[in-house]
Amino acid sequence: MEIDPFIFRLSIFILSIFIGYFVVWSVTPSLHTPLMSVTNAISSVIIVGAIIASFSSLDGSNISFSNILGFVAVTLAAINIFGGFLVTQRMLKMYKKKEKNK
Amino acid sequence: MSANLSSVLFLITGVLFILALRGLSSPETSRMGNFFGITGMILAIVVSILSVDIFFSNLIYFIIALSIGGTIGGIIAFKIPMTAMPQLVAGFHSLVGLAAVLVAVSAYYSPDSFGLGTFQNIKTASIIEMGLGVSIGAITFTGSIIAFMKLQGLMSGSPITFRGQHYLNALLGILIISLISYLIVNQSTQIFWMLIAASLLIGFLIIIPIGGADMPVVISMLNSYSGWAAAGIGFTLENTALIITGALVGSSGAILSYIMCKGMNRSFLNVILGGFGTDSSSNSTKETTEEKPVKSGNAEDAAFLMKNASSIIIVPGYGMAVAQAQHALREMVDKLKKNDVKVSYAIHPVAGRMPGHMNVLLAEANVPYDEVFELDDINNDFANTDVAYVIGANDVTNPVAKTDPKSPIFGMPVLDVEKCKSVLFVKRSMSPGYAGVDNELFYRDNTLMLFADAKKMTEDIVKHLD
Repeated sequence: MEIDPFIFRLSIFILSIFIGYFVVWSVTPSLHTPLMSVTNAISSVIIVGAIIASFSSLDGSNISFSNILGFVAVTLAAINIFGGFLVTQRMLKMYKKKEKNK
Repeated sequence: MSANLSSVLFLITGVLFILALRGLSSPETSRMGNFFGITGMILAIVVSILSVDIFFSNLIYFIIALSIGGTIGGIIAFKIPMTAMPQLVAGFHSLVGLAAVLVAVSAYYSPDSFGLGTFQNIKTASIIEMGLGVSIGAITFTGSIIAFMKLQGLMSGSPITFRGQHYLNALLGILIISLISYLIVNQSTQIFWMLIAASLLIGFLIIIPIGGADMPVVISMLNSYSGWAAAGIGFTLENTALIITGALVGSSGAILSYIMCKGMNRSFLNVILGGFGTDSSSNSTKETTEEKPVKSGNAEDAAFLMKNASSIIIVPGYGMAVAQAQHALREMVDKLKKNDVKVSYAIHPVAGRMPGHMNVLLAEANVPYDEVFELDDINNDFANTDVAYVIGANDVTNPVAKTDPKSPIFGMPVLDVEKCKSVLFVKRSMSPGYAGVDNELFYRDNTLMLFADAKKMTEDIVKHLD
């Protein structure tokens, strides 16, 4: 009997939860705020769904309800992607070590 | 692009995101991690554009949408003050939630373009996944908006509770599960929109009873939800990148919630059920506090103590952020270091309004991160320290948490500030902290209260240090 592809996706999902669990515990507590902003940015990978929605059977003259929702979703995800990664970058730049000459 | 190739590339996106989180294990590797994250995102976007059949001219719409969003996001990222990070993150969570809802609605109306079947005849597995995704997305959306408004001060931070609240929430929860199940047999638009409406409502209802100082838990929890929403959509769209990312973000938020709850010694359920601080034992605050003697001093006394100390630990809290005192604080520390005073910072897990918030604020004020310590790493040092400078923190220093089992904060891990030779406590008044508990530290012999605004007091101390 063939295995349902759903089972493969479920396996990826469960294993990723475990990876997430171990990786996040290794994050130093002083970087928990950047952790939140970066997880925020990467969860905007939902943009891949928004892209499919935007372009589904779009032929230029005939924009459907689904397409419009898609474009709005692309815009929202873009705010998050740019905002999330840039603010993380800005924060991480501020973390400095003690200067040696002190 | 073939489906196999794009799947492999989406898998690589997932791996890059794992590396992005992995990079945060130390500040040195963190910037590289962020770079991995950005690369992964670009890869995901390019692959998904190449794998949909598009008329090339339509790409312009995408570019317009991306530029509008990108510009807004970029401006926000550069303009936002670091004190406002909690509300920024809450706001961003709401966008992820809303985007998840929009994608799910779009997939519901045009399932053929997602390869899920035809309108109102979607594959059973897909409609369940879609229902879950849209529901969690909607909860994240409204929940985050409420969190944003509370943090931004657009609505009161105090818990809003009413009778039968928990029953209403339970009822809505059952309704949501029933609606998702019902979608299997009847995919009508009414059921689908009812599901969205019920989820939006419950998102709103579960956040309003949670008080301001529990916000670290709420933000972490919503962080987690936004991940599960993404994963739900990932299952619907059969997209590996989304499934991996959703799982990573979901578990990340869950771990942060756990750490925050532990920092307050409260169960997750207790925080979610809300109302903390409103009904808490008024008997402990109404004790005859006025009769107990309190020593208070001024900036000159504080400066004198500091100058003659050989080691100082600074305990910052949310009050420091509110008063914007971090830069003045750094100036004070610079002067002390010139006098060969050893200075370190002690940070409680729930200081600030989000996990790690104090660390970012101190980093912004150019405090080197290797002078900043977590509770477990520094708590033993208080006994060998001359002066503790408590600025904007309160409940996290209260010795009552260790001694009085009747106190609402009993069992909460606290900083052993009272073990220092002398404690300087900057505070505007004698009012108790968020937990509504009187701080026993105020009445200790070795405590000197400095009644003033945190920023002003620190600036005055700087003047007297010369």
